[in-house]
Amino acid sequence: MAKIKSFADLKKIKEDVQSQVALREKGENSDNLVKVRVAMATCGIASGAREIMTYIIDECAAKGVENVVVTQTGCMGYCYAEPTIEVVLPGQDGVVYGNVDQKKALEIIEKHIVEGTLVDGIIPQTHKTIE
Amino acid sequence: MANYKMQMLVCGGTGCKSAEADGIVTNLEKAIVANNISDEVQVLTTGCFGFCEKGPVVKILPDNTFYVQVVPEDAEELVAEHCVKGRKVERLLYVNPDTKEIISDSKDMDFYKKQMRIALRNCGLIDPDVIDDYIARDGYQAIGRALTEMTPEDVIDVIKDSGLRGRGGGGFPTGLKWQFAAGYDADQKYVICNADEGDPGAFMDRSILEGDPHSVIEAMAICGYAIGASQGRVYIRAEYPLAIKRLEKAISDARDYGLLGQDIMGTGFEFDIELTYGAGAFVCGEETALIHSMEGERGEPTTKPPFPAESGYWGKPTNVNNVETFANVPAILLKGADWYSRIGTERSTGTKVFALAGKINNVGLIEVPMGTTLREVIYDIGGGIKDGKKFKAVQTGGPSGGCLTEKDLDTPIDFDNLIAAGSMMGSGGMIVMDEDDCMPAIAKFYLEFTVEESCGKCTPCRVGTKRLHELLEVIVDGKGEMKHIDELKRLSRTIKSASLCGLGQTAPNPILSTLDAFYDEYLAHINDKKCPAGQCTSLLSYYILEDKCIGCTACARVCPVNCISGEVKKLHVIDQETCIKCGACYDTCKFAAIEKR
Ligand SMILES: Cc1cc2nc3c(=O)[nH]c(=O)nc-3n(C[C@H](O)[C@H](O)[C@H](O)COP(=O)(O)O)c2cc1C
Ligand code: SF4
Ligand code: SF4
Ligand code: SF4
Ligand code: FES
Ligand code: FES
Repeated sequence: MAKIKSFADLKKIKEDVQSQVALREKGENSDNLVKVRVAMATCGIASGAREIMTYIIDECAAKGVENVVVTQTGCMGYCYAEPTIEVVLPGQDGVVYGNVDQKKALEIIEKHIVEGTLVDGIIPQTHKTIE
Repeated sequence: MANYKMQMLVCGGTGCKSAEADGIVTNLEKAIVANNISDEVQVLTTGCFGFCEKGPVVKILPDNTFYVQVVPEDAEELVAEHCVKGRKVERLLYVNPDTKEIISDSKDMDFYKKQMRIALRNCGLIDPDVIDDYIARDGYQAIGRALTEMTPEDVIDVIKDSGLRGRGGGGFPTGLKWQFAAGYDADQKYVICNADEGDPGAFMDRSILEGDPHSVIEAMAICGYAIGASQGRVYIRAEYPLAIKRLEKAISDARDYGLLGQDIMGTGFEFDIELTYGAGAFVCGEETALIHSMEGERGEPTTKPPFPAESGYWGKPTNVNNVETFANVPAILLKGADWYSRIGTERSTGTKVFALAGKINNVGLIEVPMGTTLREVIYDIGGGIKDGKKFKAVQTGGPSGGCLTEKDLDTPIDFDNLIAAGSMMGSGGMIVMDEDDCMPAIAKFYLEFTVEESCGKCTPCRVGTKRLHELLEVIVDGKGEMKHIDELKRLSRTIKSASLCGLGQTAPNPILSTLDAFYDEYLAHINDKKCPAGQCTSLLSYYILEDKCIGCTACARVCPVNCISGEVKKLHVIDQETCIKCGACYDTCKFAAIEKR
């Protein structure tokens, strides 16, 4: 361990290790965050949901979009449109997007998550996801 | 560093660890490797989540899924279902016992809704063995700020303005205590953390040390800066092996970082901490006895003054605070006296940690703002009384405290209100009693404890508590007379006024408070030779009811002294002379034909 020789050193270390607990702190504050749920049922995984989830997490981190918590859910019932993701802004109902590829995901991050405006590709919701 | 998508937090508190938490961690890690998701999911061990009743607990983040009563064999399914397929494992989720509703997000559990965590802010969230986890949660920022931006007087002022009072039982204003110790000049001063925690049923301090040891270390250093001490000691009972292990690791990591030792953060401030182990005598929690015990002498209290602030460890100015008191300090320094003093009640600011035990559904560890009512703690957070029984009393303040009853349920909990209600805050043990508990017998239980723990230095306490215990024994045995009540009262008064330390001065409290609230029960034992709660075996008899007994013979077969007679399909009878009142027949009869009265 490198010695902490000043208060500034400590602040620097804090910045470096911040991400270690970021996920946990997000869990604590999830009511105030944008929730992105990626459907991870069999067909979702087959059609690349796992890769999309990783992409969204990495892209948000790279862009400094910090008010987002990405979780996975089970089957949402839209096999025909996988990968599907649901975006829930704080205090609002969720919106489900189908056939999300990287390009669509990027658009969702930039428009929906950051600016709060909906983008194309919304699937009318037929049922509520069970949490 | 890998960018994890998910973290699985496994409770590593003593309550859960004794129930195989280690096996869960190992198996989760195996399953994660097998499923090829090692760079996505991380397994962490944390401190107590407080929900020990349903341990071992596994919490998954960031979706806050709260799994209870997990066994190592569940690990594979948890990983395959929750982590890979995104499906919750329903059978391991918590079920609200009232509504039968399955709850997945811990934030939706009544147990957590009314809690507010300051002293426990990191428990169940960080890995206590990882100093970087603590630093990421603003750890050591408070001491950094104190050393670089504040004078020792500033620090004392913040603590004074916050209104923080000692959580070890006495409720003495912490800032004032620091000011006293700062006021004495000496070549050496000491900061002592009291981690003796001897109350039966209490485990607040243990959980803090196990779950967030750095918060106590940081606070001790802050105190050292404020009073001008370079040496800290933690007096911890040897029966807390896990807390000791975590504390040792934390101290060593803090030294490696230069957060303990010389020239901390380049400011010239020096502070280091050593551990001293206690043998677990209750009286050693009293600060003067604690100091003597640390010096290698007998752990007996001595008169105050001089207070430790003037002449403590090795005769030097010493500041003694409780673990939980310390755990609040870094948060107060960072968020400000104003923030803290707005929480709680006017004269008892902040929060208090309680250990819920006894006949309550959610046995565990909670932290609530001062001013929360007993009803909220027992019913909303604690989930009410076990098995739908009726609430009778709650003992606060351990063997020094008293019992609170139905009429006190809506009293806001704080230092002064509890004293006004005839009990005290104590260190935070809360033992809940139901209709089956016999109050004179409860008083006797606490007296047994004090008789055992009295150090014997002064006669009123050594002999007096023994006499009190004998009197209670006579009463619960059904041999009591009214004069015994007067004797209990008279002796209690003498012991309270003539004992040297808090142990003796408070020992009669459980008797006085039960005499006050449950006088009828004492009378029933003495005059009617009956125990209304049906607990005191000497006052009980078992009878078989003529109209209910179908003559199945089950009772006769279990009776260890063969005192039940009767033919098959005919009424059975108990021979009262021979019956040893073991209760076996009562538990066995399927036809509710046996009655105890
Ligand atoms: C018999 C007896 C036992 C005590 N046990 C403890 C204990 O286990 N832990 C504790 O912190 N204080 C205990 N105290 C209180 C200490 O003497 C002291 O007041 C306390 O550690 C001061 O810290 P605080 O101001 O932070 O509460 C006990 C007091 C008495 C009389
Ligand atoms: S009151 Fe009891 S415990 Fe305290 S010093 Fe006297 S004998 Fe010892
Ligand atoms: S077990 Fe009950 S019903 Fe059977 S013989 Fe005994 S008292 Fe009668
Ligand atoms: S209480 Fe025990 S000893 Fe008495 S009759 Fe029942 S089984 Fe026998
Ligand atoms: S399995 Fe594909 S949406 Fe359910
Ligand atoms: S020890 Fe695990 S929840 Fe308390």
